[in-house]
Amino acid sequence: MKTKYLVGFLIIVGAIAYLAWGGLGNSLVYYVLPSEYAENPAKYANKRIRLGGLVKEGTIQYDPKTLELKFVVTDGVVDIPVEHEGTPPELFKDNQGVVVEGRFDGDVFKGENLLIKHAETYQAPPEGGYTPEEVRKLIEEAK
Amino acid sequence: MNHAAKKQALDSVSLRLLLVAFAVFAVGQYLAFTAPPDVQQGYLIRILYVHVGAAWVAYLAFFVAMIYAVLYLWKQNPAYDRLSAASAEIGLLFMGLTLIGGMMWARPTWGVYWTWEPKLTTSAILTAFYVGYFLLRHAIEDPEFRAKAAAAAAILGVVNIPINYMSVYWWRSIHQTATFDIINRKVHMDFPMVQAMMVNLLAITLFYVAFLRIKGIIAARAAAREDWDE
Repeated sequence: MKTKYLVGFLIIVGAIAYLAWGGLGNSLVYYVLPSEYAENPAKYANKRIRLGGLVKEGTIQYDPKTLELKFVVTDGVVDIPVEHEGTPPELFKDNQGVVVEGRFDGDVFKGENLLIKHAETYQAPPEGGYTPEEVRKLIEEAK
Repeated sequence: MNHAAKKQALDSVSLRLLLVAFAVFAVGQYLAFTAPPDVQQGYLIRILYVHVGAAWVAYLAFFVAMIYAVLYLWKQNPAYDRLSAASAEIGLLFMGLTLIGGMMWARPTWGVYWTWEPKLTTSAILTAFYVGYFLLRHAIEDPEFRAKAAAAAAILGVVNIPINYMSVYWWRSIHQTATFDIINRKVHMDFPMVQAMMVNLLAITLFYVAFLRIKGIIAARAAAREDWDE
């Protein structure tokens, strides 16, 4: 047995065990849906969680001067207002699937990190571009 | 012992395999760069043309490593052990490329390089497993015990593959589900993009076959030399 490699091997085994039990356990419920939050708000109080859903149409308010970004995350049942500081990512738009990392402050979710959930559908833009209706349909299909 | 060790660096079959792989890869890259941009992510989609191929070859290489491990345990021929290790090594290389390419893509689309979600967590476990596989190989000095332990690890390792592949279906994930959805039999992609992805996938697979052959030959020569020295 070569000790150096054995130590490395044990470190890797430890890391895998940590990822499998600790990390994987947490990431299996990668995000909480708004209606799941509404069922039991106390469970998620003062905890850093990820909130997932769609950006509700027409709710995006962004102030480029203060970098304040406000929008509503919905799963079609429950709406949750989100406040986030920072420039929205390029793909951030109405009806986009998002995952927001942060915590609840009363009824408002304070976002610390804003992630975009990209669909598995890939398409070339048509001549003349999509109508908003078509885009909505695509997002609906991609869910 | 291999007394008639060949002098040339590459045998003609390996050379031809490599040349074909390069040619197909060139065609694949041409198709990738002439395919239209995606409606949402634009030209970032080009990362996907190699990301998917690299991930597929990583799966394939780890699977082949398992096949050779089983063959080794059955026939006790050291050549199978060498090929199993060679395949795992190439798999780890392509897994690394998959992770790097994926991170390059994730930063501009998701907004982060890395996040601990199911697909990425299981990918990290998969990668760490095969890093551990090589540390295990280096830790054991007795060739026969090493080959047996490594074979066991290589067989165990493939369990990671279906978990990693299915993670996007089993759990909530930020990673998109498969574009070539073999479970629901759907392809969510325009034809020019499919074409670019498939040709690149074929090219990367050919590279894998060539690398495995070359790596196997090198390992056989190294083993023959060790026998000679003793």
